[in-house]
Amino acid sequence: MSYQNMSHHNNNALQVEKGSIDIVKILLEGRAFFALIVIIIVFSMLSPVYFSTGNFLTMSSHVAVFGLLGIGMLFVILTGGIDLSVGSTLALCGVFAGMLLEGVEIEAFNLAFFPSVWVVVVLTCLLGGLVGAINGVLVAYFKVPAFVATLGMLYVARGAALLLTDGLTFNSLSGDPALGNTGFEWLGFNKLFDIPVGVLILFCAAVICMLALSRTPFGRWIYSTGGNARAAELSGVPVNRVKLSVYIISGVCAALAGIVLASQLTSAGPTAGTTYELTAIAAVVIGGASLMGGRGTVRNTLLGAFVIGFLADGLVIIGVSAYWQMVFTGSVIVFAVMLNNVQYSAKHKSSQQAEKTAEIKREGSRASAT
Amino acid sequence: MNIDRSTVEVAPPEVILSARNIEKRFGAVQALKEVNFDIYRGQVTTLFGENGAGKSTLMKILSGVIAQTAGEIVLEGESVSFSSPSDAEALGITIIHQELSLASNLNVRDNIFMGRELTKGRGSVDYKEEARQAELLMEELDEPIHPLTLVEDLRVGQQQIVEIARALSKNSRILIMDEPTSALSATEVETLFKVVQDLKNKGVSIVYISHHLEEALQITDHAVVLRDGVMTAYAPRSDIDLQWIVRHMVGESFDLGSPPTGYEQGPTALSIQNLYLSDDKVAGRYVVEDLSLDVRAGEIVCIYGLMGAGRTELLECVAGRTRQSKGDILLNSTDVSHYNIAQRIERGLVLVPEDRQRDGLVPTLSVGRNLSLASIHAFTRKGLTSSSLEAEMINSAIDKVHIKTDGGEAAIGSLSGGNQQKVVIGKMLATHPDVIILDEPSRGIDVGAKAEVFKLLSQGARRGLAVVFTTSEVSECLSIPHRVLVMSKGRISAEFKPGVTKDEIMAASGESVAA
Repeated sequence: MSYQNMSHHNNNALQVEKGSIDIVKILLEGRAFFALIVIIIVFSMLSPVYFSTGNFLTMSSHVAVFGLLGIGMLFVILTGGIDLSVGSTLALCGVFAGMLLEGVEIEAFNLAFFPSVWVVVVLTCLLGGLVGAINGVLVAYFKVPAFVATLGMLYVARGAALLLTDGLTFNSLSGDPALGNTGFEWLGFNKLFDIPVGVLILFCAAVICMLALSRTPFGRWIYSTGGNARAAELSGVPVNRVKLSVYIISGVCAALAGIVLASQLTSAGPTAGTTYELTAIAAVVIGGASLMGGRGTVRNTLLGAFVIGFLADGLVIIGVSAYWQMVFTGSVIVFAVMLNNVQYSAKHKSSQQAEKTAEIKREGSRASAT
Repeated sequence: MNIDRSTVEVAPPEVILSARNIEKRFGAVQALKEVNFDIYRGQVTTLFGENGAGKSTLMKILSGVIAQTAGEIVLEGESVSFSSPSDAEALGITIIHQELSLASNLNVRDNIFMGRELTKGRGSVDYKEEARQAELLMEELDEPIHPLTLVEDLRVGQQQIVEIARALSKNSRILIMDEPTSALSATEVETLFKVVQDLKNKGVSIVYISHHLEEALQITDHAVVLRDGVMTAYAPRSDIDLQWIVRHMVGESFDLGSPPTGYEQGPTALSIQNLYLSDDKVAGRYVVEDLSLDVRAGEIVCIYGLMGAGRTELLECVAGRTRQSKGDILLNSTDVSHYNIAQRIERGLVLVPEDRQRDGLVPTLSVGRNLSLASIHAFTRKGLTSSSLEAEMINSAIDKVHIKTDGGEAAIGSLSGGNQQKVVIGKMLATHPDVIILDEPSRGIDVGAKAEVFKLLSQGARRGLAVVFTTSEVSECLSIPHRVLVMSKGRISAEFKPGVTKDEIMAASGESVAA
């Protein structure tokens, strides 16, 4: 019917609104950070003891445990997996460390063996790595869904921890100067440059992991595996090895968390860290990572861990009952995921907008070419 | 005489729906402008246009998914407006999306009546009546599928017909079909076209959208061509041909090119020897059987075949995703049969997969990081990636394969289909391969982008790249390849030189047998 030609093109559409600084967007992207600020302000107003260096350091050493678990969890979640076993792995590694510190007797040779603290730490991390490796092999090579494989490990590791100790707790972790295995408390209890060692361990781990994720080929492989494993594989990414590695990393992080926790409590019990896996997942999610994989950063996960830790401790300080604490924490988690959805759909919209813009630009360039 | 003739003559078809000056803006962006056309009762109207020309926007307006900014839709003489797809459905306009919206875990009957279950009073579902009606519908469509068959057990073509049956069960008068043939085999396309013919005879109007121009021309009665949001042409079938459509789509004459010449082809780069690949589904059967193929450096080989001919399986095996049961794959005279994908890429053998969304792109990464994904080690120094070296690599890749983007930081989803395909190709070319194999590189991209992709491949061949690509469009066989192979039932059934005709190729593929 009506035949229209090129002359009808107009390029006024090129003037896509650049928009002023979008406050909503900034609030959304930095929401974990802003949430932390809000928490600090609110509790500082509610309690005179909250806002003090001493309290911040105490709270931070609590955060250290969740932070370590959260960083390990982030690696797994970035590949689109989940690790439900970290709480149990933490307990298993804690009691393993406790057992080593009390001395290993090899009855056949009638020998007792007292490894030094550094040996204990290394062996414990190896155990955590081994637990993670079992998870990883199940997920990557036997194609067991991550949820199921690590749920199984949640039970197995907890059972192993109980078996190792007969359900009892190791209380004498101080070692004996005569045996040369003292200094375990130092890891969680002491301070270096006025900062609890546990917090320093967390930050060292965080810096290494940040570097690994953002600056190494391995980090790029993790993000691409989580974003689209099939495409990653066809681009030469060793997808199975990547998946195996992230569970090992998560296991080692859980072992470190177990050591820090045992050292802080000066005792290692087989029931330590129950439901900590959920707190770790919450830290990752509050930090804006996507449970579908491919999105998330160490920095934001740390912020997530601080939000949870500072909120929980704040509630304790102002005397809110433990029951209400659970209600608050749960609400914060759900709210965070809700915001994730808002953010990703906003991104989607803006990319659609960009598509339209590109289209218009093409039109413009074509018109100018003719 | 005059009276006689008027009885013989078919009455001019009646207009059922008219689009009047349809305009759509997204914010300040003009997506559609001054679109005017009519849809006639019992006829097919096809929307032609490149990706991003506004076809899907127009379709969404017609089906009530989004509302137009200006202009009106006149349905049987009355101006109508829809606030949701169900409004449009109530008026008899149904859309069948490219990604079918069937629940594959349910059977045909339940899918047809999904959300509108027939009840016998008291709220219990009248399964018997549903099944009866479903069976009737399927028979009407000449596809007698039992109503209790699970949808996941049906072929894509049959699933499409179930969707059509569902639309008919809602008394749809206008059916909008978005790329209905993109996943169908030639036989299934044939069946679908028969169904379309039936629907026309029943007085159902069809709005058809397809990238496959030749195919669309077979069934359309009217053509609407869009370019960059503006309707550039509207004409009845009798007035148009392929060149006319393409001219209005791209605004310039296009040419897929011819085989690059004027240089010496090198030694054999890729050699496939007596390759057998067993079928996962049927034990003892092969999807690729005793296939041998040598490709020289600088040579472009095209493999034509129907769906199910074994092309994708062959290419995935060559790239290392699956292992052959017998036979060897040699790259520059080295046997790479036992190498994994990464090792083959390192040796210079790369694959551009058929489905770029599923196998080619990582949606969470930026354009740049997608481009650099296969060659991370090239910009890694002492174990750490160098952002300056990477940026350099990305910019040169964007430049080399002509990706239209705001830069490496842009989201991959912000690119058009053709540019996304160029990202996948650019990613693999960045590894400096000796052999590139591409599975249907032109799938779902517009004519302009297709020509650009072929130009890229020609340029690569001139530099000594061995190129193998597959296609389901005969016209592509007659463009840049030096050699055309036809694959049928896991074997190479014929080999042609550039001068071959379309008919010869189609005959060798078994297409005429199916027809």
